[in-house]
Amino acid sequence: MSRSLVLQQLKSILPPASLITDAAAKRPYETDGLTALREQPWVVVLPETEAQVAQVLRICAACEVPVVARGAGTGLSGGARPVSDGVVLGLSKMNRILEIDIDNCVARLQPGVRNLAVTEAAAEYGLYYAPDPSSQIACSIGGNVAENAGGVHCLKYGLTVHNVVGLKLLTVEGEVLELGGKGLDAPGYDLLAVLCGSEGMLGIVTEVVVRLLPDPAARLVMLAAFADTELASAAVNETIKAGVIPAGMEMMDRLAVQAAEDFAHAGYPRGAGAILLIELDGTAAELAALEAEVTAVVRAAGAFSVDVARDAQQQAIMWKGRKSAFPAVGRIAPDYYCMDGTIPRRRLGEVLGEINLLSREYGLEVANVFHAGDGNLHPLILYDANVPGELARVEEMGGRILERCVEVGGTVTGEHGVGVEKLDQMCVQFTEAELRQFERLKAVFDPAGVLNPGKAIPTLSRCAELGGMHVHRGELPFRNLDRF
Amino acid sequence: MADRGDELAASIRDAAESGQRLVVRGSGSKPWLTATCEGEVLSVAGHTGVMDYRPEELVLTARAGTALDEIEAVLAENGQHLAFEPPRIGGGGTLGGAVAAGLSGPGRPWRGSVRDAVLGVTMINGYGEMLAFGGQVMKNVAGYDVSRLQAGAYGTLGVLLSVSVRVQPSPECERTLHFEQDAPEALATMRDWARLPWPVSATLHERQTLSVRLSGSHAGVAGAVAELGGECSDDLSLWDQLRDRGHRLFGGPVLWRASYPPAAPLQGDECAMEWGGAQRWYRSDVSEHVRAQRGWMRRADAPGQLPGGTYSARIKKAFDPQGVLNASLNAHTGDGEASDAH
Repeated sequence: MSRSLVLQQLKSILPPASLITDAAAKRPYETDGLTALREQPWVVVLPETEAQVAQVLRICAACEVPVVARGAGTGLSGGARPVSDGVVLGLSKMNRILEIDIDNCVARLQPGVRNLAVTEAAAEYGLYYAPDPSSQIACSIGGNVAENAGGVHCLKYGLTVHNVVGLKLLTVEGEVLELGGKGLDAPGYDLLAVLCGSEGMLGIVTEVVVRLLPDPAARLVMLAAFADTELASAAVNETIKAGVIPAGMEMMDRLAVQAAEDFAHAGYPRGAGAILLIELDGTAAELAALEAEVTAVVRAAGAFSVDVARDAQQQAIMWKGRKSAFPAVGRIAPDYYCMDGTIPRRRLGEVLGEINLLSREYGLEVANVFHAGDGNLHPLILYDANVPGELARVEEMGGRILERCVEVGGTVTGEHGVGVEKLDQMCVQFTEAELRQFERLKAVFDPAGVLNPGKAIPTLSRCAELGGMHVHRGELPFRNLDRF
Repeated sequence: MADRGDELAASIRDAAESGQRLVVRGSGSKPWLTATCEGEVLSVAGHTGVMDYRPEELVLTARAGTALDEIEAVLAENGQHLAFEPPRIGGGGTLGGAVAAGLSGPGRPWRGSVRDAVLGVTMINGYGEMLAFGGQVMKNVAGYDVSRLQAGAYGTLGVLLSVSVRVQPSPECERTLHFEQDAPEALATMRDWARLPWPVSATLHERQTLSVRLSGSHAGVAGAVAELGGECSDDLSLWDQLRDRGHRLFGGPVLWRASYPPAAPLQGDECAMEWGGAQRWYRSDVSEHVRAQRGWMRRADAPGQLPGGTYSARIKKAFDPQGVLNASLNAHTGDGEASDAH
């Protein structure tokens, strides 16, 4: 069937406002949060109902027109980057909270509901939704499922996969799969786990059931300042060794602290080489004991100052610096590139030191703002996209950071996903047999490869070529394959 | 302590070539799960040993045949535990068996499931290939989550060689509270408490008594005991009995297990309720009621049946096309929901 016939069919099933073909109107869909990459999609569709989603899938699948699902477009790995001959399936119009079920402590949501809107809707019942990626005012719950999104509270409360109990999935073959529900398990293979983090490659999620947790009785936020990241890293490990699981434990290095302080005026100590923000929660009595314990641990680990925010207003100020760290860093350099690797916590000090060395080697400044409790690094590499060749050097340096993460026993992506960004590093992390297993799993749901082609899992030929490159690493330009 | 990986992989390759079927076995502590399987037993026994454990990482990696007992002893020395409380039937059980069976203990709603704790696996698929998925870190979204898919897959997708699990600090203090309540009262109590931040870590309603386990810091538990009332005891044996199926509940003739939305109305014949109402036990088949409440039910000693359906069958094929591994647990495509009331 010709493209014009496909377009005609899409027109016949969608309201006019749900079909975008005009080049100017398609522009916002050219990229997601990884703005260095842009591509005009063939068509953008914004269905309003599950039935429309199913019809779009049926039409596209019949003609093998690629379908790239998109939530709020805040993803940082290019997972929602369009393909030029494909449809962008935006789910932003399906943004209704279908049910807050306080008896079962769950919320039933359409995929376009914003992450923060869930907690806002549950707040009057004393409940909240735990995963809180930093983009939570904008990012959608469907996108959170696709990326298995994290946030600052994962160490204690888990990722999206730990907090989603049910999904409704439309397969590219037009089947509706209901996975899980409001209970705690279901018979059969745990497809819920597979879907979380599958980057829109296996199906389109049209409904999400999430678990709501009771608000903690009390919480406090502690700011501990250190001379350098090595001492702060040791403090992270000592805290956990003491048997404490903080609700959140974030680290910012000197550059990040300075940028955040200039921007947000949160009262961070400017002289600090690194700070830790430690959130503790529990009952009031519990907190008093925890505060004393953690204060003693971080002091012993070398903290030169420890401040505690006790009321919600003070806490909001203390968090403000952290939460605005990315835009703050955005003010001190024309561009920055956000990396996302995870390493075993005990290697934090060492790997941060190595990143520092790489920074000098490449002459590119790096600010570190990250989830220290999870070992989830977010080095922000500062650069200027207008300087020819600089982005390529940033990508090369970023690639080396991620490969180091794998070498020390970690992973190339903790919470941002592979997207198009980390395909090459996937070749480092997985063997050919493992990649083939991923391909077979993909084919279970989408044998023709209609959904989000070219994302998340590299082709074997890409890795084979790259494998040859690796032998000569350091002598040859690192990556020159089908780069974006 | 031995690595039998190569030998196990060779056995699977041979079986795939010769069209033989294998029945995967750990310590054999849950024999009912593979009771319907035919074929030669492929024992993972002897493939044992804790491979990596650093308490400050909150991660333990062990070969799949390692006894749960041994793992828990190592953890206990460091003040940590397996929060998902896998059953140790008759004192037995291996880490691989616990993951394959996917059974979680009395703390499931508060402490998470087996699958929640799985961070990574190495496994041999039905092709006889050794594969690693996930890893040893909490946050990891590289590739599809094949490691968590193994939880509750009854070994039909591969033989687990090693598993990395998230471990947790053991609570400083635990107490059991008992309240005299009938089932409707108990269900209402559990529903109300689920919305409040009490340090509850398990519940059981049986024989007009609601028992609640509290876990946390001394201060947190003491505060909750003072507020909640009831009869307080430091005897925690009830929870181990439930976990290991040593409780009198499991001594009766036939037992059915149902999984529900926690606040689902009572059927009336419940002989026990756990998990804040989300797991209930019956002496007879009440699947009609369970289905109406959007739950599912199975006999407590039922084989590890995987429901049929296109995608389920294709997943099996993607990992084990020759049907070498525990193949009879996969319902044939077209059987619909097989024996499960869902």
